[in-house]
Amino acid sequence: MNPLIYKLASPLVLVLTLGNLAQAAAPKKAVPPHNEPTKSVAPATEKLTIAYLAQQRENLLPQAYFLPTAADAGLQGARLAITDDNTTGAFTRQQFELKEVLLGADGDPGAAFKQLRADGYRHILVDLPTDSVTALSALPEAADALLYNVSDSADDLRGPRCAANLLHLIPSRAMRADALAQYFAKKRWKMLFLAIGTTSKDTLYAAAIKRAVPRFGLKITEEKSWNHRFDERRTPESEVPVFSQGEEYDVMVVADEDGAFGDLLSYRTWSPRPVAGTQGLVATAWHPTLEQWGAIQLQNRFREQSKRWMTEIDYAAWLAIRAIGEAASRTKSLDFSKIKEYLLNDGFALAGFKGVPLSFRRWDGQLRQPMLLAGERSLVAVAPIDGFLHPKNELDTLGYDQPETQCKTTR
Amino acid sequence: MTRAYPLAFLSLLTYGLSIPATADTVYVTLEKDNALAVMDGTSGKLVKTIKIGKRPRGIALGKDAKQLYVAASDSNTIQVIDTASLKIVGKLPSDEDPETFALNPAGSTMYVSNEDDNRVTVIDIAQQKAIKQIPVGVEPEGIAVSLDGRWVVSTSETTNMAHWIDSRSLEIVDNTLVDPRPRYATFTADSQQLWVSSEIAGSVTVIDANTRQTVKSITFKIPGVTQEKIQPVGIKIDPQRHYAYVALGPANRVAVVDAKSLEVVDYWLVGQRVWNLEFSPDLKRLYTTNGISNDVSIVDLENRKVLKSVAVGQNPWGVAVKP
Repeated sequence: MNPLIYKLASPLVLVLTLGNLAQAAAPKKAVPPHNEPTKSVAPATEKLTIAYLAQQRENLLPQAYFLPTAADAGLQGARLAITDDNTTGAFTRQQFELKEVLLGADGDPGAAFKQLRADGYRHILVDLPTDSVTALSALPEAADALLYNVSDSADDLRGPRCAANLLHLIPSRAMRADALAQYFAKKRWKMLFLAIGTTSKDTLYAAAIKRAVPRFGLKITEEKSWNHRFDERRTPESEVPVFSQGEEYDVMVVADEDGAFGDLLSYRTWSPRPVAGTQGLVATAWHPTLEQWGAIQLQNRFREQSKRWMTEIDYAAWLAIRAIGEAASRTKSLDFSKIKEYLLNDGFALAGFKGVPLSFRRWDGQLRQPMLLAGERSLVAVAPIDGFLHPKNELDTLGYDQPETQCKTTR
Repeated sequence: MTRAYPLAFLSLLTYGLSIPATADTVYVTLEKDNALAVMDGTSGKLVKTIKIGKRPRGIALGKDAKQLYVAASDSNTIQVIDTASLKIVGKLPSDEDPETFALNPAGSTMYVSNEDDNRVTVIDIAQQKAIKQIPVGVEPEGIAVSLDGRWVVSTSETTNMAHWIDSRSLEIVDNTLVDPRPRYATFTADSQQLWVSSEIAGSVTVIDANTRQTVKSITFKIPGVTQEKIQPVGIKIDPQRHYAYVALGPANRVAVVDAKSLEVVDYWLVGQRVWNLEFSPDLKRLYTTNGISNDVSIVDLENRKVLKSVAVGQNPWGVAVKP
């Protein structure tokens, strides 16, 4: 370790100084230093500060009264990962600290981001809408920072609007759609009825499904918009059968990201057909039904801390901070450039309680990971589904693979 | 093989006719049945299944093999089972969610991993009392004691470290980073090396106990099996350190490693999701617990052949063998 590090008291000075050092020494391709013993008898503890920047979500529909609301989705996952990193840090003399910046609906993410940068923060988790994430990643202040997207699934952010300083811990819509499509293909549910809601997010979700359909030999036999007007809301028992009548199909796929109507479809369709997509059988990064691969330990730890179930945004935030912690303990350094290089190195292997190592796709910054296909109370399958092969990594059967990426930025 | 006969004859003379030659009794915890399967190792016959605590996983025999210890994870206790009567005769205060544990060479002290609390609980067995809790990394799982009595090692699955605990002071004196998600740890019989399996990395890290430095990270490659399926868990090393055997989880194989050159020499197909291993007392057989195919494979180590699979119950997890 660099003895210089221990002499610096203030984390701010530390961060800036390390940044300068890193620029001076042009980073070469890092070979991850594995397995050297870490003496407990080490010099003073170093500290790394990580920020969580979030904005209150707008226009959320009221949830059913019996559903738990998680206003702090994401944040609780970040807090748990900081605790976990610090447990490890007790043995490596590394300390991690979280700065929480929570903006109101009318707050200015740009200003908040610039302030964080001015205060020396370089690892910044962003829990923000697509446009804000795009804008922040393009700021000059973001040039030598890393943004960790924990909540936005937009394919554009991994494609034409991607950025070299932007990593995605939350799966893309394309990954979700591919996961479902693999399962449909396995079940030979080849004909899809696509029911699309009215929001722009619903259109994007439907577009991801439409992309996945020919990839896995499926077909959309019917596509309809659900407008969710007064009658449709009030008397779904008569509206849904009419809506779902017509062409033959094996499964109804619903695109309703805000949860306006998707839950009304099951058991009401004209023909008895399963519902999947944003409701019914969902493709998600994390789910309360996951207990395999040691996941029950993370579920328990999270529940004890947060008194609620872990959402996939919590999981994404946990992964982001665990990834930073893992890079710090492997490189034995809190140096920004070393951590960044390690994260993007081919040898990076993050344990995420899904049975396989997780790592970042170099071509678009997306964390490759298995997708859970879950019903409300049952984990139905985990994608990639057995038999969907890939020459390099089967996880790359989900979402945009290297040859098809529209991201032109190199990392 | 030919030597087995005189030995058998001898033991018949010594112990009387009721005990078969080189007989051994195999105990298997059944995670989903809340039960313990008792199998005759020579014949491979299931003798008995007894109900025990909830979600039994880790298992070990006491020093004189009169008592069997089982970690009943969801009952938050270590149960003590009398091997003669197969009755539960006591319990040890393991604290919450015990999964695995290890005994000191004298059989008087037990070290338990408490996965949910990031601690190792030290239990005085005679007093049935927890005497210390040692804070370790996130999700401790593997635990090993060196035969020379010097070290207790705990591996933590999320911190990815082997913590070296001095058995006298019960303090952590060193930490070695290992590959992601360490599951199982064991010392060689000469206490010179620590072997740690890493489930996610698909590797076994061999560490020099004197320097606590990594000697080698052993990796596995099986034709026709994707790397993701290779998830090493249980390890057994013969006392002469000729061979080490590594259970490869969903790869459904046991890897045979030359324990001196640290090269993989063979793979044996056993049951599905093979997790833990144990030798027969004469070192002629290896028993493997196969969690998904719900059986135990019996491997003939002399002829290097998988002899048979014995259905034992749901989710066989741990295994202990009594002479």
